[in-house]
Amino acid sequence: MSGFARHRRSGRVIANFTGFEADLLRSLASQLVELLRNEAAAPTDGLDPFEAMMDFSGPTTEPDDPVLARLFPTAYRDDAEAASEFRRYTEGALRDGKARAAATVIDGLEEAGLPAELTEDGLMIDVELDEPTAETWMRSFTDVRLALATRLGVEDGDEDYWHGLPDDDPRAQAHDIYEWVGYLQETLVEALSARR
Amino acid sequence: MSAASPVEVEPTTTPDEITFLAKPWVTIVWNDPVNLMSYVTYVFQKYFGYDKRKAEQLMMEVHEDGKSVVSSGTREEMERDVQAMHEYGLWATMDRAE
Repeated sequence: MSGFARHRRSGRVIANFTGFEADLLRSLASQLVELLRNEAAAPTDGLDPFEAMMDFSGPTTEPDDPVLARLFPTAYRDDAEAASEFRRYTEGALRDGKARAAATVIDGLEEAGLPAELTEDGLMIDVELDEPTAETWMRSFTDVRLALATRLGVEDGDEDYWHGLPDDDPRAQAHDIYEWVGYLQETLVEALSARR
Repeated sequence: MSAASPVEVEPTTTPDEITFLAKPWVTIVWNDPVNLMSYVTYVFQKYFGYDKRKAEQLMMEVHEDGKSVVSSGTREEMERDVQAMHEYGLWATMDRAE
């Protein structure tokens, strides 16, 4: 596991994953797509019933799921009406963008040779991304990390707690994956920041 | 096409007030336990076009003070900035400039 690097001659961002790692990344990205597509736009509260029926352009209330609430934060802290308006015309586009970014990661891994069902041992997946695609991966890794951290309840300075959990605790395993995606993210930022 | 004729203006407003009036809204980025310092710096450079020093300074403010004003402008401009920050997974809100 060496993360991402900038290929000196081509300027492309490259990484090699084991089949297991690539499969794991695909599974995380797929879960994100599912979450983004599944919870329907929240119904509008407090509107006149006719108005509410005629207004299906976008959600106006914070999503129930805490991961979605973190991915689409309330933009105005002290103005509920302005916050609803903002959400109505941004959340749909943001959801689509994040789902597309996750799909870009999945497609990239599959184009690099990850089969639909991973059966083969010792498979290596070499990805090679141009700069805009690498940036899309970087954004999607952020969404994956935000989702994992929200589910786990990650807080500032709690590393000792996670590392103190027994190895067979499923939360310890999930936290290891969270840290691994963080490591990949760090190398991706470095690769993208590197002067060509 | 025409050119504006030179007009003498009584300097009744100070430059600070003029700046304030032109930029009545701000975008605020809040600290979260997830986003990497390097990533936040990268986003500030890439999206706002800030140089590395300014981007790092804003990132450190977010990290140490819990939040930082990262841009200012009209309400429409700030809504664009907040939406862009959400695209990048940063926790951003907007408010009237103080």
